[in-house]
Amino acid sequence: MTLDQIAEAPTSGVRNDGSEVTVRLRVNGRDHRVTVDPRTSLLDLLREHLALTGAKKGCDHGQCGACTVHLDGRRVVSCLTPAVQASERQVTTIEGLASSDGRLHPMQQAFIDHDALQCGYCTPGQIMSAVACVQEGHADSIERIREYMSGNLCRCGAYVGIVAAIQDAAAKMRRA
Amino acid sequence: MQPFTYTRAETTADAVHAVVAGGPGTRFLAGGTTLYDLMKLNVERPSKVVDVTALDGLDEIDTGGAELVFGALARMSDVAAHPLIVAEYPALSESLWRAASQQLRNMATLGGNLLQRTRCAYFRGGEPFACNKRKPGSGCAAQEGINRGHALLGGSDACIAVYPGDFAIALVALDAQIEVLGPNGERTLRVEDLHREPGQTPEIETTLGHGELILRIRVPKSPLGRASTYHKIRDRESYAFALASAAVALDMEGDTVRAARVAIGGLATRPWRARMAEQSLIGKTLTPQIAREAGDLALQGAKPGRDNEFRIELGARTVADALMIARQRA
Repeated sequence: MTLDQIAEAPTSGVRNDGSEVTVRLRVNGRDHRVTVDPRTSLLDLLREHLALTGAKKGCDHGQCGACTVHLDGRRVVSCLTPAVQASERQVTTIEGLASSDGRLHPMQQAFIDHDALQCGYCTPGQIMSAVACVQEGHADSIERIREYMSGNLCRCGAYVGIVAAIQDAAAKMRRA
Repeated sequence: MQPFTYTRAETTADAVHAVVAGGPGTRFLAGGTTLYDLMKLNVERPSKVVDVTALDGLDEIDTGGAELVFGALARMSDVAAHPLIVAEYPALSESLWRAASQQLRNMATLGGNLLQRTRCAYFRGGEPFACNKRKPGSGCAAQEGINRGHALLGGSDACIAVYPGDFAIALVALDAQIEVLGPNGERTLRVEDLHREPGQTPEIETTLGHGELILRIRVPKSPLGRASTYHKIRDRESYAFALASAAVALDMEGDTVRAARVAIGGLATRPWRARMAEQSLIGKTLTPQIAREAGDLALQGAKPGRDNEFRIELGARTVADALMIARQRA
């Protein structure tokens, strides 16, 4: 089913009194329709309703970046995105980054190659943010990588490896 | 989080009507980065939320006319990176990209950013801390508490919470206006007149009435734009709120200042235009000493608390450095 067809489905939409909302969205190429309480964040929808637990709940207040996903191709913190605002939109999570044959995205491979993690909890958010950082054109110097990755905190302090991984992957992504 | 009902407005008139009809517990929702965050903390407890992000035509960035016109739903990241804004109005671009993180800037709208609420920990922290802004009449825990980050200018015995935004500081320096739609129609006001000092009613933060919706931000085009900067001093180099900041813009004739704009952020309860500092610069040759004297004037009247006296000198130096940075761009 396409997004347009889902949008026209008769049972979809906001309930008349607004106490429940039906969210239709495409996540990693797959269409979903989920009815939730409007308090639900996109992060909780992904983790609790779609079992996509790659995006992590760190602070749940938009301060740590562990929940970073792409919404219509732009990075956002999913903990501060009400799920209902993702309706009719496309979401990419860390689970959707590798190719269908299982080959890792160059950024995922670079994080392994450069030892850019220790405990790994912030890593899905780091990688989603890093991919966007390259796509935005903000990975052209170490200074700009640091500035534009500042919304992703790493308590293990793997920053040196993270910056090296982004520089490496940026070159490969530009060639691809 | 308190339960709420959600509706999505199709037109600006519907949005205003829905918020007015819903009563005082009804709020507009745009990017959500402030409201939804504070709802999770139970500091904001709306019973109804009217989503305005689907409104048509309010995400425009129009630089073609005599004014820069930004729709209230334009995203911070898009305006920050707009080539003409980067080249001709660096203070605007810098005030946006030096705020928050790229993820938050992709979400947050300009209109919502202007209305961002304070980061005062006693406001956000909830019970048992007293906060007149959160619970009128309960007192202000910051007066005798940890007030390293609190306001030195514009405070009262009821509230010393800092206005945390950056973009509004640059807008105030550049004489920007906002267009607002409310139940009684449209009106225009200066950004400088949007935010209030707390006085004895810190819970009332702006001059907007219930149901008034910011539609657009208008910045007059000016030769002051190019020789401008937003200089922001933080505890860490990126992704932090300002300990002190300054938006300055200069019109130079050779080495002599023809006109100057100075506004400071991170130090006051509202965006703070420093007109005495501006006046002091006119006709002067801009040297580091003259710049520092202007910085001291910008901080005149500052009232320190227990932990924040260092930010008087920091603020004066921030203004002085900003003036010298802007000077390089003239």
